[in-house]
Amino acid sequence: MVFTQFGKKTSMKIKVNKYLKNPMYNITLFIFSVFNFILIPNYLFASGSSMHSPIEQFVVKTIFEIKDPFFGFDISFTNASLFMVLASIVPLIILGFGVRAAETVPGKLQAISEMIFEFVENLLLENTGDSGRPYFSFIFTLFLLVLFGNLLGMLPYSYTFTSQIIITFFMAIVIFLSVTIIGIVRHGFGFLSLFLPSGTPLILQPLLFVIELISYCIRPISLSVRLFANMLAGHTLLKVFGGLAVMLIGSGSIYLAPVAILPIAAIIGMTALEVLVAVLQAYVFTVLTCIYLNDALNLHH
Amino acid sequence: METEAAKLIAAGLAVAPLLGAAVGLGVLFSGIVNSMARNPSMSGELRAIAFLYFALVEATGLFGLVVAFLILFAF
Repeated sequence: MVFTQFGKKTSMKIKVNKYLKNPMYNITLFIFSVFNFILIPNYLFASGSSMHSPIEQFVVKTIFEIKDPFFGFDISFTNASLFMVLASIVPLIILGFGVRAAETVPGKLQAISEMIFEFVENLLLENTGDSGRPYFSFIFTLFLLVLFGNLLGMLPYSYTFTSQIIITFFMAIVIFLSVTIIGIVRHGFGFLSLFLPSGTPLILQPLLFVIELISYCIRPISLSVRLFANMLAGHTLLKVFGGLAVMLIGSGSIYLAPVAILPIAAIIGMTALEVLVAVLQAYVFTVLTCIYLNDALNLHH
Repeated sequence: METEAAKLIAAGLAVAPLLGAAVGLGVLFSGIVNSMARNPSMSGELRAIAFLYFALVEATGLFGLVVAFLILFAF
């Protein structure tokens, strides 16, 4: 195939051959074919015998048990803890290797690290102005933890810790409390004017104060449930369609088995959507944290 | 038996908020496309705003979906 680009004729065939000679491509192809021809039939036979529930993926399993020596609480190391540790280590490795040999012309890893850093920096400074700069490290850590928690959860056989309401709620309540404390320390009693938009008639003021107070206190719930609901719904939907495909293939009917191509095609599209949602939810979580921080830092009148 | 039936009906009713979320997303994106057509130089900023509000609007529908899942699987 020959096509013209910038007035030059380029042959597609040469490019494809160059690509095939790349050793990384062959290794990837080998791993992929092993996955296709050995593992997939294995899964089909294993899952055909007993149908799994679509929410079985959210079960917290204990890897090794730890008992709290003072109060006897169960603080075992679970698969959720494992993925929280991974979600903190993986970005550290990427950023660490990325900036170790800082060059004027960045390599791949350095470009990624700088892109993430600048993205979060712009996000924070656009929303809070210069007064939000001291809180940059917190916002950056939060973004990386949620982003890698969501993205690692997209790998097969992994665990999405952001699909547990207790984890997202704890993150949200820490943000809520610290933002409130920052606001009170910065503005003292004047922080209450956040609940009273300027220019309200005197009669409406008590009513509006109560409404604003409620909408302020509901913030940690909406912040945590948004992330949790998105991850839970997306992953459940993927498993529901996967179960449908397994059911159709396992039915043994030659008329029903080919129909399984439809749910499998839907899974491919939905996986792409889920990766988008994973990045988007990390972004939204960070943006809303910045907006809440801005409310506390710069009281608008 | 009756509780099973009630559960299924309740789960069906609980996903009704998805209708509102769908309408909301339609209104949102129609507005964004309109603004992009009127002022193409703003389209980069508008896209960022669109994605933020897409997530916010979508979440309201997903609250209903989570309630449906809870009714079906958790009880």
